[in-house]
Amino acid sequence: MQNMTTTSTTSSTASSVISAGAATTSRSYLGLAGILVLLALAIALAFMVKGYVLFQATMLLSYAIALVGLNLLTGYNGQISLGHGAFFAIGAYTVGVLMDKASTPYWLAVPVGGIVCLAAGYAFGRPALKLQGLYLALATFALGVVTPQLLKYKHLEHWTGGVGGIVLTKPEAPFGLPLTADQWFYLFTLAVAAVLMWLARNLIDSGTGRAIRAIRDHEMAAESMGVDNRHYKSMTFGISAAFTGIGGGLSALAVQFVSPDSFTMFLSISLLVGVVVGGVGTLWGAAFGAAFIMFVPNMAEKVSKDAAWGVYGVVLILFIFVMPGGVMGLLAKVKSSLARRKDLPV
Amino acid sequence: MNQNKTGDKPLLQVDNVSVRFGGIVALDGVSFDVRRGEVRGLIGPNGAGKSTLFNCLSRLYSCDEGSIHFDGQVLSDQPRHRIAAMGVGRTFQNLALFRTMTVRDNVLVGTHAHHRAGFLRDILRLPAAVRSERAALERAEESIELLGLGPFANTIVADLPFGTQKRVELARALACEPSLLLLDEPACGLNHEELNGLGDLILDIRQRLNLTVLLVEHHMGLVMGVCDRIVALNFGKKIADGTPTEVRQHPEVIRAYLGEEQKEAA
Ligand SMILES: Nc1ncnc2c1ncn2[C@@H]1O[C@H](COP(=O)(O)OP(=O)(O)O)[C@@H](O)[C@H]1O
Ligand SMILES: [Mg+2]
Repeated sequence: MQNMTTTSTTSSTASSVISAGAATTSRSYLGLAGILVLLALAIALAFMVKGYVLFQATMLLSYAIALVGLNLLTGYNGQISLGHGAFFAIGAYTVGVLMDKASTPYWLAVPVGGIVCLAAGYAFGRPALKLQGLYLALATFALGVVTPQLLKYKHLEHWTGGVGGIVLTKPEAPFGLPLTADQWFYLFTLAVAAVLMWLARNLIDSGTGRAIRAIRDHEMAAESMGVDNRHYKSMTFGISAAFTGIGGGLSALAVQFVSPDSFTMFLSISLLVGVVVGGVGTLWGAAFGAAFIMFVPNMAEKVSKDAAWGVYGVVLILFIFVMPGGVMGLLAKVKSSLARRKDLPV
Repeated sequence: MNQNKTGDKPLLQVDNVSVRFGGIVALDGVSFDVRRGEVRGLIGPNGAGKSTLFNCLSRLYSCDEGSIHFDGQVLSDQPRHRIAAMGVGRTFQNLALFRTMTVRDNVLVGTHAHHRAGFLRDILRLPAAVRSERAALERAEESIELLGLGPFANTIVADLPFGTQKRVELARALACEPSLLLLDEPACGLNHEELNGLGDLILDIRQRLNLTVLLVEHHMGLVMGVCDRIVALNFGKKIADGTPTEVRQHPEVIRAYLGEEQKEAA
């Protein structure tokens, strides 16, 4: 170990900044290439599969967006939410009501749903600052439980359609593009997902993202470094809710229907499951988490109709044992062991 | 009465500060000042109230009585997150690092008070955000180099030995460009070699960065070696204040430390 003496600064400082910069650039080019390939494959999917499969792909993207939102809050900022299904529902209903009652175009309704959730998330997150750990878990749990009931509330029925919900129509492709409605909406969702992923990446890699993570690791030290914890925590709550709400809005359009029973407490728990399975504190984990919460319950039902939830539970426990860091944690481990093998002398 | 701000007014003025926890009086009417550019020592047996005073200076605790002035401003009614921007940096007695983050990221959080772009600019990666990040990175890299942490810049903090983690904390504190640096027992837990370099390091960074230092330390060799003036506390009360020689010979100080030795021997 070096002893505590100072080393000469100026010249070596400059060069190390530059070399750190160069390394990041070449790595980020590689990452960019990977993302472009992935995006091309995802676009190609629109022309390779049809109908139900394309619908599933659209749903997967919607859930993935919602999971990115929850991961920003829980994974990166350390605030637990057992009630994010509520924001998924608020996003879905905003889209539903706007399109049904105000004939708002879908491409406007979806971002408005995000903004409504941003406000709702901030409004919930601000007073929730006083709550820590288990108490925050309970408060968000309450939110998740109350929301579906509220959507059935008699005096809101005029807007929400009560128990019956709201039926929506899937948008047609614009500008006379030769695409089916399914294809178009899948591609639209993909574009939204790509933009949101970019925004989330920007946020996490920035100074703001560092402050968000610093709060998770040591709240008091972060504040002593000048981080305004109250502002950062409630803004993170708002942004997280906005992502999840946009996911909800897109899913409503894909399903062409919103009703209170689509947003039960189980949805909120599923979102948390998705975050953990994908990898807490990762962005790409959302894709795997979304696949899990979409396909594992169906698969379990195929394995055994009578004990479907038993199978689901066992699969979930296996996942947690085999991949304690989620899918992304496992991938990181594989990657680092490959890198180490490459470094070994031959 | 045309005294200018940088004149001979002390940088930090602690006036009659008292802090109570239930029945315990952790600080009892403590007053002292810290002059610009000096290394000021704060000593006293365990439980004397040294960390409590530091926590008042960082606003982690509130004074029940008294006031604290820093650089012409009332420090004791500022919100916590404003303290760093005012120019007070600190390290913690028991490390308070961001354990899952790299050394570089830890130090970068230290730049937050002066280089931050805000949510909107950062999420859209606007030019202002890129500029602010570049400035933060430069500042952080200077701090990292100054403390010889270059080889560990990309290491996760939790994977480093204790002594190195302490240096990361110091680098993080320096990254926020403080004019007053609070060091809470920097020698605690260091090995012999690290300990030897510490005194020189403190004097060196003071010189280079134009710092004023308030140092809490048990290690008497270190305190007597680097401090210009020393305050001694015992049971929350100030018992002595003066040059190292004066304080070392002060009967109350001798009694307080003898008492401590007897406690330890028992
Ligand atoms: N948060 C707290 N709650 C209750 N008592 C505290 C708290 N912080 C410090 N004290 C008490 O205040 C006294 C001074 O503690 P401290 O400032 O840590 O002493 P020092 O740093 O000089 O060893 C001790 O009796 C300690 O138990
Ligand atoms: Mg202490």
